[in-house]
Amino acid sequence: MPVALTIKNLQKTYRNGINALKGVDLTVKKGDFFALLGPNGAGKSTVIGIISSLVNKTAGKVTILGHDIDTDANTARQYIGLVPQEFNFNIFEPIEEILINQAGYYGIKRSTARKRAKQYLQQLELWEKRHSMAKELSGGMKRRLMIARALMHQPEILILDEPTAGVDIEIRHSMWAFIKQINQQGTTIILTTHYLEEAENLCHTIAIIDHGITIEQTSTRELLDRLHQETFILYLKNELNTLPQCDGYTIRCLDKTTLEIDVADNQLLSDIFIHLKECGIEVDSMKNKTNRLEQLFLSMVRTKHKPNIQPVAIQLPIEK
Amino acid sequence: MNFTQNRIALQTIATREFLRFIRIWIQTILPPAITLGLYFIIFGRLIGSQIADIDGYSYMDYIVPGLILMSVITNAYSNVVSSFFSAKFQHSIEEMLVSPLSNNIILLGFVSGGVARGIIVGITVTIVSRFFTELPIHSYLITFSVFILTSILFSLAGFINAAYAKSFDDITIIPTFVLTPLTYLGGIFYSIKMLPEFWQQLSLINPILYMINAFRYGILGVSDINISIAMMIIIGFIGVFYLFALRLLNKGTGLKP
Repeated sequence: MPVALTIKNLQKTYRNGINALKGVDLTVKKGDFFALLGPNGAGKSTVIGIISSLVNKTAGKVTILGHDIDTDANTARQYIGLVPQEFNFNIFEPIEEILINQAGYYGIKRSTARKRAKQYLQQLELWEKRHSMAKELSGGMKRRLMIARALMHQPEILILDEPTAGVDIEIRHSMWAFIKQINQQGTTIILTTHYLEEAENLCHTIAIIDHGITIEQTSTRELLDRLHQETFILYLKNELNTLPQCDGYTIRCLDKTTLEIDVADNQLLSDIFIHLKECGIEVDSMKNKTNRLEQLFLSMVRTKHKPNIQPVAIQLPIEK
Repeated sequence: MNFTQNRIALQTIATREFLRFIRIWIQTILPPAITLGLYFIIFGRLIGSQIADIDGYSYMDYIVPGLILMSVITNAYSNVVSSFFSAKFQHSIEEMLVSPLSNNIILLGFVSGGVARGIIVGITVTIVSRFFTELPIHSYLITFSVFILTSILFSLAGFINAAYAKSFDDITIIPTFVLTPLTYLGGIFYSIKMLPEFWQQLSLINPILYMINAFRYGILGVSDINISIAMMIIIGFIGVFYLFALRLLNKGTGLKP
C-alpha cells in the first residue's frame, strides 16, 4: 500500500527548553484510518503541528505523499486538511464565508467553493446556519464547522486533533459516521483522541507516543490480541452474604450486588456463570470494566510514578 | 500553486480584509472624517485665520495635505496591525499557515487591506476637506504616488508590529509613542523652515517629514525638501520593510513555536 505520511526521528525542543519530541517515527499508509494516541503532554499535538506547518521542528524528516515539508512545503501542504483541537476561526465571520475563504487560500474558484461549502454544510447539518456568525454556534457546531473547513480543498490526508472533545454523544456518533464515510471514499485519516473506544471502533492502525517517543505502532487487531486479561463487572439480582470463590479466577466484591472478575484469555466466562448459578447467585447484567484498548493503553504508558489505582473492594466472608 | 491559484488566493485575502473594515465602517471610516473635520474647524478656521500665510498659501490650505496623509498613515497602519494581530490572537491565521499560500501572498493580502483602508479614508477626508478649502492638485502623479506608497509603507509597518506583538498593549505602543509623535513632528502644521537650524536638521531624520512634504508638493506645489529624495526614501523604506516582514513570516516569528 502506498505511503501517505512518513515521519523519521522527529524532534522538537521549544524555546523554553521543553523537549516535547525526542524521536518520533511513524508511517501512515494511504487510505488508512490511523489513531495517534498518548497521554496528555505526550507530544501528539506537537507532531500534528509540525506535519501541518504550525510548529517548526528541531530535527527529523517529514514527508507527505513523498513531498518533504522542508524542501517542498507548499506542495506538501496541499494534501493536508487539519481539524485542530482549539477553535481557530474568526468568530466574527459568517460560517459560509469561512469555508469559501478557506478554499480561496488553496486557489479554488469561488463558484466551486460555494458548491463545496453547500455540500459539506448540508452533510454536517449546518446549512441552516450558513449566514450566522461563527460566534453564534454551539460547541458541537463549531467542531463540525472545522471539519467542513478542513475538507474544502478535498485533502488526501485529514488530520483530526481530538475532533469530538466536549461533543455530546449523539453528535459524536454522527461525526464518526461522517468521518468513516470520508475514509471509505479514500481519504487518509489521522486521529488523535482521548476517547479510546473512538480509536478502537474507527481506526485500523494505532500508534502510541509517550514522553516524545513512539512506543507502539501496529494494527488495532494485533494490539487488541495482546490483551491477555479482561475484567468484567457483574451486577447481581440479590445481595451477597459471602464472596464466591471459583478456581483460577480472581473475584472481588465492589459492593453487595456488584462483583468484579478477571478473566484470562485462556479462561471461559461461561465457567463463572455456571459456578455462580451453583452458588445460587443470579446475574442481572454485566459489562467490561474498561474499554479493551484503554486497558492496553494504560498498561503501556503507565510508569512507576503513576500508580495503578484500583477501586476499593469491600470485605465479605469467603464462601467455603 | 500556479499563477491563477495565486491570484485567487490573493484576491481572497484582499477581499476578506476589505470586508473586515467595511463591516465596521462606523469604527474605521467615520472617525477619521469627524476628527479631520474638527482639525479643519479648529486649526484651519479658528486658529489658522490668525496665522500668516506659509509659502504663499493660507494656513488652512497649508495643513490640509498633511492632515489627509496623517489619516492615511494611521488608518493603513492600524488596519494591518489590528487585523493581523487579531488573526494571531484568535489563531485564525492558522487557516493560512496550513494552506499552500506563499508568504508573499499572505503579506500582499494583508497589505492590500491596509492600502484599501488608507485609500478609502484618504478619499473620505479629502471630500470633508473640500467643505473648508479649495484643493488644487499641482501634480496628480506625485499626489497619487505618495498616497499609495505611504499606504503601502505603513501597512508593512503595521504588519511588522503585529508580528512581534504578544498582547493588545503591544499594538498600541508603537502608534502612541512612535507614530503619532513622528507624524505631528513631520511638518503637518508647520514648515521646517520656521524652525531654528538645529531642529531643522533634526527634523530631516524623521521619514514622515519626507512623505508629508512630497504629498504637499503634489497638491500645492511647495515643499521643504527635494521631491526626488523624498520619493527615493519612501520607496527605499518600502523595500526594507517588505523584506523584513517577509523574513519574519518565513521564520514564523510570533506565529510558530
